Amino acid sequence: MSTIISDVIDHLAGVQPGSSLDRLRDQRPQARENAQKSYLALFEPELPGHVTAIERYAVATFVAGLHRQPNVTEFYAASLERLGHPRLTDAIRGEIARGSVEGPYGRYPQGPLTIEDKEGSVYQVSTDNRERLGSRLAAALEHAHLLVFHPRDASPAALQRLLDAGWSTTDIVTLSQLVAFLSFQIRVVAGLRVLVGASSRASVDADQTQIFTGVLASGAV
Amino acid sequence: MTETTLSHPENREPTAFTQEELGWLPWLEPFPTEQLTERHWAGLVDASRAKSPYFLLLARDPDILQARTKTDKDIFYNTSNGLPRSERELTATATSRSNGCIFCASVHSRFATQYSKRGADVQRLLDEGVEADIDIRWNAIIEASVALTDTPIAFGDEQVGALRAAGLGDPEIVDVINGAAFFNWANRLMLSLGEPTPPAKP
Repeated sequence: MSTIISDVIDHLAGVQPGSSLDRLRDQRPQARENAQKSYLALFEPELPGHVTAIERYAVATFVAGLHRQPNVTEFYAASLERLGHPRLTDAIRGEIARGSVEGPYGRYPQGPLTIEDKEGSVYQVSTDNRERLGSRLAAALEHAHLLVFHPRDASPAALQRLLDAGWSTTDIVTLSQLVAFLSFQIRVVAGLRVLVGASSRASVDADQTQIFTGVLASGAV
Repeated sequence: MTETTLSHPENREPTAFTQEELGWLPWLEPFPTEQLTERHWAGLVDASRAKSPYFLLLARDPDILQARTKTDKDIFYNTSNGLPRSERELTATATSRSNGCIFCASVHSRFATQYSKRGADVQRLLDEGVEADIDIRWNAIIEASVALTDTPIAFGDEQVGALRAAGLGDPEIVDVINGAAFFNWANRLMLSLGEPTPPAKP
């Protein structure tokens, strides 16, 4: 399904071929091409290693959901639903609802920045869903929540929890890249959507002005 | 074989934002240099990056590292049209300040100073934080970067309006979006896979 979409960011942001934003994105052709290659490296990897497609789409759905970006969430959820049991997607949606807080928060190393410490929740998968998801995927969601909302609270202990749940060192690099990449992709999409919205409103305004001027010129008012 | 994390009990982590040159220690074992294959070298993009424990750790998944690095380079180094390099570095610094990445902020505040020649203003962003009142243009760029960094994302018409009022056109605004978005990627890797070390004593 996703293979027929040539540029996921354009697809999710509503950038139309030939539009002014399409031309603006082409100002940074390498960034545009490699944002897409990053997506492919994470979701259609040539060498997937030990991180399964279901794990990748489950974490992606969770991360997009935590960002409250419905179109991005549904994009990844569609692949999750295609690959996994419907109960898995339900469990992820339940965890999105439980885990949705506001970031960034977290603590600094003890010192002058301590006054900027911002307390926030430490998320844990619910007992019921832990059983449905399994301990490996549950550990990934807990780590993803840390990275999304309070990355400055990261620690070797957080990585140890992943190792203990069956993630290898290389798997952890892949998982970290996946969550961090989505934090980028979702922000580019959200940012471009604001510009798409602004430019479509501007063109609607221009059209209306034209119609109005036309009406005036025809003397029909 | 059970893998474990690496710890650095002797390290004294920097406790403040700084423009000085910091080091970085990994919490997981980097890929062994002597085992690097052609695919890993392609992932590292620049051979000199094989000296960095950060890039050697990321080289464990070389394809995403390669695409990440090429995305990074075009967003920051391709200065045909759009935002000047100094202000792209400002988006990186403001994003890192907001997320709390002391290491990333040190690197990109140095670049922001180097390209803008406004070291004192850059230092105010580090010392006072993202609320620092610098000037209309820098305030708008910092505020847009911070709004993009918030989760849920707070970037909207208000930030676009402030950027336009400060003289930025759509090509520059796309660069602000790309720069802040990219550092939301970089900060999360740098913060979660290791820790900064203090500046080397002269």
